Amino acid sequence: MADLWLQFILTIDATLRVATPLILCAMAGIFSERAGIIDISLEGKMLMAAFLAGSVAAVSGSPLLGLGAAIAVSVALSLIHGFACITHKGNQVISGLAINILASGLTVTLGIAFFARGGQTPLLLGDQRFGAIHLPFADWMGAHIPLIGTIYKEILSGHNILVWLAFALVIVTWAVVFRTSFGLRLRAVGEKPEAVDSAGMSVTGLRFQAVLIAGILTGIAGAYLSTAHGAGFVREMTAGKGYIALAAMIFGKWRPGPALAACLMFGFLDALAARLQGVSLPYVGELSADLILALPYVMTVVLLAGFIGSATPPRAIGVPYVKER
Amino acid sequence: MTASSMERLIDIVILPLVNLLAAFTVSGIIIALIGENPFHALGVMIKGAFYYKGALGYTLYYTTNFIFTGLAVAVAFHALLFNIGGEGQAAMGGLAIGLVALLIDTSLPAILVVFLAIASAALLGGLWGAIPGYLQAKRGSHIVITTIMFNFIAASIMVWLLAGPLIAPGQMSPETSSFADGVALAKIYVLAGYLGFDMARSPLNLSFVIALLCCVGVWVLIWRTRLGYAIRATGFSEKASIYGGHQPTRIIIITMAISGGLAGMMALNEILGVQHRVILNFTAGYGFTGIAVALMGRNHPVGIIFASLLFGVLYQGGAELDFEFQTITREMVLMIQGLIILFSGALAYMFNPPLQKILMALFVKDKADAANPSAEQEA
Repeated sequence: MADLWLQFILTIDATLRVATPLILCAMAGIFSERAGIIDISLEGKMLMAAFLAGSVAAVSGSPLLGLGAAIAVSVALSLIHGFACITHKGNQVISGLAINILASGLTVTLGIAFFARGGQTPLLLGDQRFGAIHLPFADWMGAHIPLIGTIYKEILSGHNILVWLAFALVIVTWAVVFRTSFGLRLRAVGEKPEAVDSAGMSVTGLRFQAVLIAGILTGIAGAYLSTAHGAGFVREMTAGKGYIALAAMIFGKWRPGPALAACLMFGFLDALAARLQGVSLPYVGELSADLILALPYVMTVVLLAGFIGSATPPRAIGVPYVKER
Repeated sequence: MTASSMERLIDIVILPLVNLLAAFTVSGIIIALIGENPFHALGVMIKGAFYYKGALGYTLYYTTNFIFTGLAVAVAFHALLFNIGGEGQAAMGGLAIGLVALLIDTSLPAILVVFLAIASAALLGGLWGAIPGYLQAKRGSHIVITTIMFNFIAASIMVWLLAGPLIAPGQMSPETSSFADGVALAKIYVLAGYLGFDMARSPLNLSFVIALLCCVGVWVLIWRTRLGYAIRATGFSEKASIYGGHQPTRIIIITMAISGGLAGMMALNEILGVQHRVILNFTAGYGFTGIAVALMGRNHPVGIIFASLLFGVLYQGGAELDFEFQTITREMVLMIQGLIILFSGALAYMFNPPLQKILMALFVKDKADAANPSAEQEA
């Protein structure tokens, strides 16, 4: 029983680690899609950011510089997305897809050109990556206080700064989107851009700000993967996490709190699948990890189909704004 | 030349070429930045795609995949549906072939099994497209999101089946047993050998012919049948389509079934033509490439054949890059592909206004004097 309890605690701990990039990307998606810009390029931006963070951290030895580079490249890709679908009114899905495929090819190409390691970046050691933050008295509490001590030691202590940042940014996202006038305009531009326009504000400007913020958040997610969670960039390191985050955002109905919950749930399924690999459970036998991993996608399809509640996207999503002439 | 014919020429010939040129230019700049000569790389690719013995066969073998997935995307596009589920639909097509070939191979003549396998690939691929179609038409889910999710669901099912229930006995790698002899589509070089032609070995097989037949089929469907008219009407305006007596919900589901079926048939080339067993990840992103193909080919079968050939050249030539260069690999092709989708898809009309202005000024006489007085002096 005590062993099962510890297993559970460790799974929750892993959940937080796995969910962090999902949370950051889901918040990025909320900014972009609330402003009416579909963002399926979360995956590509995160991949490119992870690659650059890994490269810069390896060369400079500083994860902070790596984070800066990751944000810069992710923002640059966001601007390309904006240029294509805001300035030139191009198809937002096609633009996002182009960025994903471009990132997939570019990371490997540049990786080989820079480091000649088959697309990987050098292994990051010691303080080349974001280290774990051990909370005070964690070991003592873990050893001496039963329930709370274990939770404190295993779940709360030992995470890197970006995990904490991700959770803080959920609150920030909520506050900005729902409690500021900027957020009100942002949402308006995704629901009824003509109203924003007739109020004398720039639809283009607001939408560009939205994709820019999305770029920053996705950049942090990428840096997390290669310089905090992992120790260097590996090919296709995002492995569909951008799409899972997209699913979580939809699952959370384009709201920060519920999206966070969805990210944690999808992260938990991921952590659980890893833990159940090859484990035979009483009564059910061996569960297939592959099928558990498919659950987030199945649940999103079921939700979108309106079988469990309903998810209504922002009204003007995907529609380029054309001023009336 | 009149203004309207010039406009048409720009739209279907010049603009796609200019967009392609832009994608290649950016690719060339990136190649130069990492310290290689882009023209040398281009030469290697073209040589790799056509020059060597059997190279053309390989190029056309890749082309076959792109024709299927390109047609799939195009058919859906005509109804204004964005099917980015080609990967999943193709995977399901491969699964269907595997199930048919492995479950009934001993009891029936091979040729019958092959026909059943082809039909089931189209059927299961079609089902994997029709479900998102149904969810869009009847339940209001967004088809883009649903098809993305269906790609992942299909991938999970494949991993589960190929690593578990369907894995070949005694195998470690996730793949099924090989199909029985004769449960395959014949290689073209073998057929050419029967007819007395000496052709180099290549994986090119009969599915290439099936792909070309599908092109004809899609052309007839879209432009020569009532259903095709209904598909285009639905894409043009759902309200008008209802007024015209069609049922858009029905049309959407049928269109997605056809689209998924075409994507599912991509497995004919890979599974029935080459591998003769089901392997993991045989779709290798071809489903996504189909989007680039459809965009470049302007959703017309003829355009799709040309665009598929271009991507066939890129893929086969890209494989050659691996041998010739230290720093350039076939992933370079993915990068080029991304840029092509960006320029010919998302930024498709960026070059349109300047091109219109320049070409109209240069070649269109009847409009020139009114629109642009300086053009008269040049002409």
